[in-house]
Amino acid sequence: MGQLVGNEDVALDSQFYTVGDPIADTKAPDGPISEKWDTRRFEAKLVNPINRRKRSVIIIGTGLAGGSAAATLGEAGYHVKSFGYQDSPRRAHSIAAQGGINAAKNYRNDGDSIERLFYDTVKGGDYRSRETNVYRLAQVSVEIIDQCVAQGVPFAREYGGLLDNRSFGGVQVSRTFYARGQTGQQLLLGAYQALERQVAAGTVEVYTRHEMLDLVVIDGRARGVVVRDMVTGEIETHLADVVVLGSGGYSNLFYLSTNAMGCNVTATWRAHRKGALFANPCFTQIHPTCIPVSGDYQSKLTLMSESLRNDGRIWVPKAAGDARSPRDIPEEDRDYYLERGYPSFGNLVPRDVASRAAKNVCDEGRGVGPGGRGVYLDFDEAIAELGRSAVESRYGNLFEMYEQITGEDPYQVPMRIYPAVHYAMGGLWVDYDLQSTIPGLFVIGEANFSDHGANRLGASALMQGLADGYFVLPATISDYLAEGPFAAVDASHPAAQEAADAVRDRIQTFLSIDGERTVDSFHKELGHIMWEYCGMERTAEGLTTALGLIGELRAEFWRNVKVTGENEELNQTLERAGRVADFFELGELMCIDALHRAESCGGHFRAESQTDDGEALRDDENFAYVAAWGFGGDDGQPVLHKEDLVYHDIELKQRSYK
Amino acid sequence: MSSSGITVGGVVNPSLTARRRSVPLRRSTVVLKAAMAVSGLIMVAYLLAHMYGNLKIFSGSAAFNNYAEHLRTVGEPFLPYGGALWIIRVVLLVSVVVHAYAAVTLWRRARRATGGRGRKRYESIQAPRGAQRTYASFTLRWGGVTIALFIVYHLLHLTWNTIHPGGASASPYDRVVNGFEIWWVVLSYTIAMAAVGFHLRHGIWSAFANLGANTSVRRRRQLNGLAIVVALVIVVGFLLPPFSILLGWVS
Amino acid sequence: MNIILRVWRQKNTRARGRMVTYRVEDVSPDMSFLEMLDVLNERLTLEGDEPIAFDSDCREGICGACGLVINGLAHGPKALVTTCQLHMRSFSDGDVIDVEPWRAEPFTVIRDLIVDRSAFDRIIQAGGYISIPTGAAPDAHAVPVPKADADDAFDAATCISCGACVAACPNGSAALFVGAKITHLGLLPQGQPERHSRALNMLEQHDAEGFGGCTQIGECTAACPKGIQLDVISRFNRDVLSAISHRGD
Ligand SMILES: Cc1cc2nc3c(=O)[nH]c(=O)nc-3n(C[C@H](O)[C@H](O)[C@H](O)COP(=O)(O)OP(=O)(O)OC[C@H]3O[C@@H](n4cnc5c(N)ncnc54)[C@H](O)[C@@H]3O)c2cc1C
Ligand code: HEM
Ligand code: HEM
Ligand code: SF4
Ligand code: F3S
Ligand code: FES
Repeated sequence: MGQLVGNEDVALDSQFYTVGDPIADTKAPDGPISEKWDTRRFEAKLVNPINRRKRSVIIIGTGLAGGSAAATLGEAGYHVKSFGYQDSPRRAHSIAAQGGINAAKNYRNDGDSIERLFYDTVKGGDYRSRETNVYRLAQVSVEIIDQCVAQGVPFAREYGGLLDNRSFGGVQVSRTFYARGQTGQQLLLGAYQALERQVAAGTVEVYTRHEMLDLVVIDGRARGVVVRDMVTGEIETHLADVVVLGSGGYSNLFYLSTNAMGCNVTATWRAHRKGALFANPCFTQIHPTCIPVSGDYQSKLTLMSESLRNDGRIWVPKAAGDARSPRDIPEEDRDYYLERGYPSFGNLVPRDVASRAAKNVCDEGRGVGPGGRGVYLDFDEAIAELGRSAVESRYGNLFEMYEQITGEDPYQVPMRIYPAVHYAMGGLWVDYDLQSTIPGLFVIGEANFSDHGANRLGASALMQGLADGYFVLPATISDYLAEGPFAAVDASHPAAQEAADAVRDRIQTFLSIDGERTVDSFHKELGHIMWEYCGMERTAEGLTTALGLIGELRAEFWRNVKVTGENEELNQTLERAGRVADFFELGELMCIDALHRAESCGGHFRAESQTDDGEALRDDENFAYVAAWGFGGDDGQPVLHKEDLVYHDIELKQRSYK
Repeated sequence: MSSSGITVGGVVNPSLTARRRSVPLRRSTVVLKAAMAVSGLIMVAYLLAHMYGNLKIFSGSAAFNNYAEHLRTVGEPFLPYGGALWIIRVVLLVSVVVHAYAAVTLWRRARRATGGRGRKRYESIQAPRGAQRTYASFTLRWGGVTIALFIVYHLLHLTWNTIHPGGASASPYDRVVNGFEIWWVVLSYTIAMAAVGFHLRHGIWSAFANLGANTSVRRRRQLNGLAIVVALVIVVGFLLPPFSILLGWVS
Repeated sequence: MNIILRVWRQKNTRARGRMVTYRVEDVSPDMSFLEMLDVLNERLTLEGDEPIAFDSDCREGICGACGLVINGLAHGPKALVTTCQLHMRSFSDGDVIDVEPWRAEPFTVIRDLIVDRSAFDRIIQAGGYISIPTGAAPDAHAVPVPKADADDAFDAATCISCGACVAACPNGSAALFVGAKITHLGLLPQGQPERHSRALNMLEQHDAEGFGGCTQIGECTAACPKGIQLDVISRFNRDVLSAISHRGD
């Protein structure tokens, strides 16, 4: 057994935060876990169809979560306003998901079930997720596939005309539905088309190129948002009965990530500043199969779908510094380190395990490619065994993409891959109803702290986004809306005006600093700090260093950033400045969260807490809780609220994929 | 952009900006193209028959004149003298009018859609021929105009006998032979035939595709092949008589 | 390598635009085209100039946000890639590269290289969907779909709505985009009930937006980063014509 961190570290980190009251999710009804969702749905109050038209909903984000929610709520008859920063709802970042979506259909008859998906997800998340939510997710997963197929999502099919499945990292059944390497795109198109159908029906208004810059809270309830029209620069206030955030994840904090260029934390961070708790911010997922960094001009990292691990074999040379070309390295000089270390899961261990293993071999000097930051993903054997055309039909587009980016042909030489930041398990804290700690503010999709605990299994984010948007939110939101009608408010309400003024002031500040560094240069540096100290491996010392560095950089940002142009026009520099400013604040909270959680779990690996053979070592006694952080004011410290995780239906175990 | 909106179902919808010009179905791009295709294909059928008739010139004056006469007597007694020909003429006339109307309408619409500059709307001159387009596809419109002018000229020459290079005659055979003994008459027909050839090289493929026949890569190849063959047959078939006459093989 | 860029600069929709020349030095062949523009933009910002505005988001060829006419060709000289997936190794030292926005009357220029493509969303609103209320779906295996149809539908469904087809078409037609959606939905059993109305409605919106008609020139498919084939246009036309012929029924 490795060494557990003692109290002295707690003392060290506690200078950065204070502890507040514990919280609990009070919405999950009693009773057996398999009946909770039905019970909750039955107990939820409904809004009379005639009144729905009079209830308005603001939804930020048109990804799988926001798009499906807007379509469904519009169809239910609510008056929906949908916002996104892209020029079309169909471009939300969900479009980029490649690998697939899970569902407990058991079409393969390989022993899958709702229970098993539930179990796999909790285990995959290293026992840091909430049982009730995960169980519901597994239940709803089945309906998602039906819904999508009916919408015309062209999932892969077999010759018999039925749906095909594949298996994904961290599980032993084939439950992943996929549409070549473009599952996210096809699912999003389904949601987008349903959304556009509602636009034509007049129930949904879509505001494209509109960025949410603040939340309007009136009398303790979320009542609207302040947005900037990214074309005209106009600051608009939109008010409604309820606000839903489906604004996606914040991995772009690391500058280089697999996320789209525009992914940001602004929507959720601004809500956090208005009182919503931010849960588990340090739980970020590092994806093992990305194309390694090639130069410092690089703007983003490209994911190669995890499905590649089904047929590709991962290896590095046995000897450090072996500079031979991969084809010249004989079998006996290769180390298939995943197959060696995890015989029963092999190349299919969960992402956090695979990523850290890659980091370790590279740290040993056995990494390949420029800078020694890469491992081989080799298809030689698959091509020999299955034939080139079979490999091509499975992964053709991924191989092309790889060749496009690197200029190397993966049919000839093995791919080089390296882990990259990919997904944010953390996010705004929500209860069973997906409501945050601000009444009337619901959070769905990757933006909430989600059902994935400390690590998300492949193909589960799409499932969660659609579960939230199509099925869960529409059922729970009516319970809140039925409390209404809420007092009518308009943009002249002092709270609304204050929010809009604050947004204007902030923009003016950006434009007036006129310093000497570009926004991107700050973002890059912040990313470096985070990757170095709050990336795949974290230590108390490193995190403390990072906090110092971020603080300094943040101060310099507000002194020395250069934002050209003006507000009243399309101004991409200005947009980025706002996002980076929020990333600074989140970065600090992330480090504090990582520092306080002196255990290793899932994607959060604290070097101080590992088993003898280098695996993550959880500390269930001290850390079996969700860390939900309250905003402590610009000069204050964040406040930690703990939600204890109680496991009735699953036994806590040391996770093992050996 | 959200500033202007359009009203749907009672709410102003910011994402429905300017729905510019509503176009009735019968004048929609697809219907106009279908009309062009049908009229074009009718004219292609006519041209094939016409070409076949022209080749009778090789059988001598009598056969050719008989054929011209035959055209006027088919269908008798159900149709009056020249009845079948008149039916053909009406069909042709309608086809030309429909074809030309649709061509002009679509042309104008395409110009409007591209700021009046078509494929020349980019400052860059580094890809003058686009990525892959055929020469034939470039010439469709001006080629069409060339053909229109030719038809007028051709009718004046050989049908109405208004202009008669090489000498007037009541016999179609003589008119043809007289005309094509003159080099520039042959040249003018050759130019026209080149225009027709290119027009049909693209037009026949396009007509079938517009009518929905292009359902696979293979089918596309077949249709393009068909277009090339028919265009060649028509060009060669039409040019045989003039050149034979010019070169003195037929007199 | 060093290159010379001629870039379309236009402050806003109403302003007049023009081509502006920039020298970009030390370009690495491993950079993507957009990363090269990022590097130029960093320099412009530091020089107090305004950076060149262009759309991009995923930078992996799937969101359809990016799109530039490079040397007169939509998405540049390389077939089957989006602008964000075009790498500088496709160019050589000393090249003069022209960069312009999509041009078509329905795509107004918003700024520099950014255009308004909302017309595409409105075309989808007109009928590019299958009407299925959430929660009302039968089991996914209730209706088998022949693999060949599923594959063809998929090919058409890969359209990323980038607009390159319009930018490349000499007629400014969006027939490839419309055809792709009509083919995707029209090949699936789920899409049958609305097949006719979908074709008519999408056509109506296509024309109302001011796109031109298709003359089967095929530049669109050559520019399309997803290789959408011309047969989708034929299928679109076929659905329209069959809808018309069934109108009386
Ligand atoms: C490369 C890649 C591959 C992936 N592959 C898979 C996979 O195979 N399977 C799987 O399950 N998951 C996968 N994921 C994860 C999954 O795609 C995402 O977690 C999921 O799509 C998130 O959906 P979402 O609806 O929550 O948010 P997003 O799709 O990110 O949408 C966010 C929306 O919010 C809007 N928005 C954001 N900020 C603002 C703001 N301030 N104002 C206004 N609007 C705003 C955006 O415009 C956008 O519409 C992948 C992720 C990546 C990066
Ligand atoms: C009267 C003079 C003519 C003009 C002005 C003309 C013009 C055109 C134009 C502009 C097109 C392109 C269609 C488009 O814009 O979408 C076209 C297509 C075509 N033309 Fe003509 N044309 C003429 C005569 C003819 C003749 C005499 C024939 C046949 C012998 C013919 C056969 C065709 C065919 C088959 C097409 C393809 C139709 C389609 O794309 O659907 N045309 N014509
Ligand atoms: C070398 C080529 C051609 C020759 C020798 C030729 C010859 C003739 C002759 C002799 C006639 C008169 C027939 C009669 O009045 O009985 C005629 C009529 C006609 N030709 Fe041609 N022709 C040629 C090409 C074309 C082409 C290319 C077109 C169309 C694009 C065309 C269209 C017509 C038409 C429309 C008529 C009138 C038919 C009528 O009177 O109803 N011809 N041609
Ligand atoms: S059809 Fe091709 S070029 Fe046109 S929008 Fe779709 S992906 Fe882009
Ligand atoms: S280039 Fe244009 S003309 Fe038709 S085939 Fe493509 S839309
Ligand atoms: S940026 Fe998404 S396709 Fe190019």
